[in-house]
Amino acid sequence: MTFRIGPRTSQIIAYVALLTMTAIMVIVLFFIIFYILRNGLGQLTLEFLTDKTREMGKEGGILPSIMGTLFITIVATVIATPLGVGSAVYLVEYTRGGPIRRIISFGADCLAGVPSIIFGLFGFIFFVISMNLGWSILSGGLTLAVMILPTIIRTSEEAIKSVPHTYREISYSLGGGKLDTILRVVLPTAMPGILTGVILGIGRAVGETAAVIFTAGSSLGLPTSIFSSTRTLAVHFYILAREGISMPKAYGTAAVLIIIILAINFIAYRLMHRFIARYY
Amino acid sequence: MAKISIKRLNLYYDNFHALKDISLDVESSEILAVIGPSNSGKSSLLRAMNRLYEIDLGRITGDIRLDNETIFKLPINVLRRRIGIIFATPVVLPGSIRKNISYGPRLHRKLSKSDVDELVERALKSANLWDEVKERLAESASFLSGGQQQRLCIARTLAMRPEVIMMDEPCSGLDPISTAKIEATMLELKEEYTFILVTNNTKQAARVSDRTAFFYLGELIEIGSTQRLFTSPVDRRTDDYIRGKFG
Repeated sequence: MTFRIGPRTSQIIAYVALLTMTAIMVIVLFFIIFYILRNGLGQLTLEFLTDKTREMGKEGGILPSIMGTLFITIVATVIATPLGVGSAVYLVEYTRGGPIRRIISFGADCLAGVPSIIFGLFGFIFFVISMNLGWSILSGGLTLAVMILPTIIRTSEEAIKSVPHTYREISYSLGGGKLDTILRVVLPTAMPGILTGVILGIGRAVGETAAVIFTAGSSLGLPTSIFSSTRTLAVHFYILAREGISMPKAYGTAAVLIIIILAINFIAYRLMHRFIARYY
Repeated sequence: MAKISIKRLNLYYDNFHALKDISLDVESSEILAVIGPSNSGKSSLLRAMNRLYEIDLGRITGDIRLDNETIFKLPINVLRRRIGIIFATPVVLPGSIRKNISYGPRLHRKLSKSDVDELVERALKSANLWDEVKERLAESASFLSGGQQQRLCIARTLAMRPEVIMMDEPCSGLDPISTAKIEATMLELKEEYTFILVTNNTKQAARVSDRTAFFYLGELIEIGSTQRLFTSPVDRRTDDYIRGKFG
């Protein structure tokens, strides 16, 4: 006689197994956040957030790095969002799913998998040296824009593709042209998906280290223009920890970085829910 | 003079011959019912008349005239404003009831807030939906019931002030009460508009239409007054269809 597991038992086993996997995932996530915050929160004073960095980071605050991160991310997002959304619209609405679209989509997927240090090297050679932009917020922002572009293109593409064909048909049947239809129906409907892509991109840009260390440098001065060299939070953390300058300050920087990323995600979800509530 | 005059119309999708040499006239202020089994070319006829076949890359020969002017020379947005269409499945656009109705008119001209208020009220009243939704014009249209959504689609088309309204099985997914409301709306509006009603429901055709056309496999088999066509059809295939022998 063979041993069989009854349907009830197998249900329970599946349930327990899946629950365990989820639990492991959640525990790891919370452990990382908890660990960083426990070590870093003690550092978080107003002074730490608003003071200039002194003695290579052993003393003082991290204001230059906060500003550097902010500016580089803004440059990257402002450049990558219109390019990415525009490409996605072109791919879905104008290429009719032909070989061009498949080739570009495949290219974007490959690009998304390229290690960030390769982007850093590219940015260094192209933006810093060839275009003579030097180590600067602009070079860093452009490099990150190139890096997050595939994410924005692919998520926007999926979001636009999932807009029901019937919406477009309704718009055409009411006398709308292609552009009216894209601007007034397709993009608003796809907006939550597009926003998700942009926010994923921003998240990647904020935490990026390798690509900006080559392109924005590691200057500790307060940035005065987009041509200033700067040091992002992630790079600052890397240097503090790698060179043993100050572990407490390194954890403090990491805590700020994590809080920023959590805040971005939180705001993104709120925005998205408000948007969905208004439109659906 | 006929409102719409179709002459020797053929429509092809790739190798599929969807409409075969169709000639028919539609008069002002009449309701013309188009009946026939699936694949008979009923929907293709509607898609030809507002040139919606173009987005599906169809090809056409022959002519369609609206007020004795060929539709193939009219700007596409003008044509589609003058000939509105209601689809079988109501599709409300994301956004409020108000936004749904003002979508079409806003494509064609700039509108002030009070223009929109007036236009929304008039369209909803004509579609017999005003009383049910007047308190929640700013709410999302997707919360309406299926029948209400279809009447919203009718209001959205009416807001364009079309001359001809084509309906592609507008009641196929609706309950009898919603169906009755839509039929009542059609009868109320018939003096001002020309209706072309594609329907699978021969009883509906008999209830509301003045004339009926029977299509079969892309051909126009027979057209005539609804009463005559349903009581003494000339063609055997028409007879078989209205007796429910196929379709």
